[in-house]
Amino acid sequence: MPLNSAPYTGWGRVLSANAGRARPEKVAALRRHLAETPGPALGALRSYGDAALSGRRAAVDMTRLDRMLAFDPQTGVLEAEAGVRLSDILAHMAPRGWMPAVLPGTGHVTLGGAIAADVHGKNHHQIGSFGQHVESLRLLGPDGTPREVSGDTEPELFRATLGGMGLTGVIESAAIRLAPCPSGTVEVSERRIAGLDAYLDAFAASTAPFQVGWIDATASGEALGRGVLEEAEFSPPGAPYVPARKHRAIPMDAPGFLLSGAVVRAFNTRYFRRIPAAGRSRRRPLAGFLFPLDSLSGWNRLYGKRGFHQFQCVLPTDTARDTLRAMLSEIAASGLAAPLAVLKRMGPGRAGPLSFPMQGYTLAVDFPARPAAAALIARLVERTADAGGRVYLAKDSLARPEHVARMYPELDSFRASVRAADPDGVFETDLARRLALRGNSA
Amino acid sequence: MTETWIIVGASSAMARALARATAPRSATLLLCGRDTEDLQRDAADLRLRGAQAVEVLAYDTRDPGTEAALVARAAALEGPFNVAVFAGAMPPQTEVEADPSLLAGVVQDNFTATGTLLLRLAPLMEARGAGTVVGVASVAGDRGRLGNHVYGAAKAGFATLLSGLRNRLGRSGVHVVTVKPGFVDTAMTWGLDGMFLVAAPEAVAKDILAAVRRRRNVVYTPWFWAGIMAIIRSVPEPIFKKLQI
Repeated sequence: MPLNSAPYTGWGRVLSANAGRARPEKVAALRRHLAETPGPALGALRSYGDAALSGRRAAVDMTRLDRMLAFDPQTGVLEAEAGVRLSDILAHMAPRGWMPAVLPGTGHVTLGGAIAADVHGKNHHQIGSFGQHVESLRLLGPDGTPREVSGDTEPELFRATLGGMGLTGVIESAAIRLAPCPSGTVEVSERRIAGLDAYLDAFAASTAPFQVGWIDATASGEALGRGVLEEAEFSPPGAPYVPARKHRAIPMDAPGFLLSGAVVRAFNTRYFRRIPAAGRSRRRPLAGFLFPLDSLSGWNRLYGKRGFHQFQCVLPTDTARDTLRAMLSEIAASGLAAPLAVLKRMGPGRAGPLSFPMQGYTLAVDFPARPAAAALIARLVERTADAGGRVYLAKDSLARPEHVARMYPELDSFRASVRAADPDGVFETDLARRLALRGNSA
Repeated sequence: MTETWIIVGASSAMARALARATAPRSATLLLCGRDTEDLQRDAADLRLRGAQAVEVLAYDTRDPGTEAALVARAAALEGPFNVAVFAGAMPPQTEVEADPSLLAGVVQDNFTATGTLLLRLAPLMEARGAGTVVGVASVAGDRGRLGNHVYGAAKAGFATLLSGLRNRLGRSGVHVVTVKPGFVDTAMTWGLDGMFLVAAPEAVAKDILAAVRRRRNVVYTPWFWAGIMAIIRSVPEPIFKKLQI
């Protein structure tokens, strides 16, 4: 199968790989290709660092294997090829009253990518992670032969694949349990939160099924940790589903001054004050609420041609308050943060040994790629490990192997599953090499 | 009444995009191609996307036997139908230069097999007095270029046939659209050197359906290829023969 030899990058556009990509459009072509030229799968390239990059072996681009294969309206189980985008599933299933139970902040991610990163959404505290809603998988091994993997047939391999960053094989298709979608719109309430303590208290008190907080990562002193908390629940049944708005595209790489400290501080203050002091409530289309950034396609170009890093950690509830205070102080003092910063509550739900979530709070902050930002993120990673938290592998490009060993206590069992499924390491990605996810012998 | 489409070469990315664009309108679809097992997956997908009925039929440009079943199935359709022909193949020009016997196959895949099929379907469409034929030719057929003239010649033949069919079938109320895509992001162009302004298959499908609705005769997709090809066609032969394009 022909390879596209053009270099490719993750969403952050800092790291790249150029060992080529095949892009089969038929299942038989995929299996044939893998039998001859095994390599890891990639999806929509929406992970930020090197999770989907393969600098040694040609990767398999799964985005053209994107067909929905079967749906059972009795059980809500949908079987689909791994390349289908979650926004596509939502668009076709919501009018039937169903939706993926877990949807991350962009609908562009593929089903396979969502499983491999065990993604979470704004409802994680109630419904858990994406992998917890996977019924079974069709997984292609190093020789390209398919096997049905589920919690009943091969529980260890199944668990290791959920959140396994693609290292156990190529997910060809998966059956997932959808959740009811009672309405095409949600009732969203937004309110200003004055500072970090108030934020954590507001999250703890909230009973809304969907919660997400924007945080002003440039604010300091009294205002440290201020932001806007969004809570949402479904509108009463009956409102029709409307697709997300037509995309506007960012036509070019933005110049660097756009993200200078002064500009971001000014922007953030306006963004904070846009919400009335008394808060506001409004009805919004479901897709627009779930995927706020998808109306702006190619928004990663706003960070300029050097790209950007996103730091995302989760911190356990008991250390979160102090650690978040220390992190936000350091970030604000650096003047390096971009406007895009998110604070969210997490429940305990996680699907596999390498899954990110844990009960507590997750913070995500974008930083334009500069040497000072890389140094800052390295310190934030260290703080995360010290606090008993984790960095999100789908976002990371700067952690080191010793961090992952401290953050992911089930790493050894994961390594055992991966080595059993892929003894020769044909599915090893750049991420796996950087973080020694297969262990040192890989 | 909802529309019926016979899609020939239904595994191609452009065909898949066209089928997906018609499915939410409750279209009835006949997917014709070689890999029927894979097409069954498309059929399942299209049903979930809203298609009223989807059937899969074997069709192979190299196997004339498959044509009869397709024509028989079309004859059994009640009411008017549309046909969209995407079938085609583009081996590297250098391969054909090394083994000129490959030329016949290229012509068969891109012109004579699908041309024969259209000639057999034509009376059925004339009898129904309605419907549209979409024939996918190529900008490569507009001029014999250094790097791609075997494929281009076959597509030029197909385009000329479509032009004549348009004249013939128009007399019975059947419209023929000739589609000339530029570079489209498909398996055919994946990884080829020298690709630029590559269009998404979904954009091409949208252009095709707009052309069908407006009863356009010849459309370039994306639209700017009309300008590019007008320039390429206007270059005098003494100059053109020295160009590397």
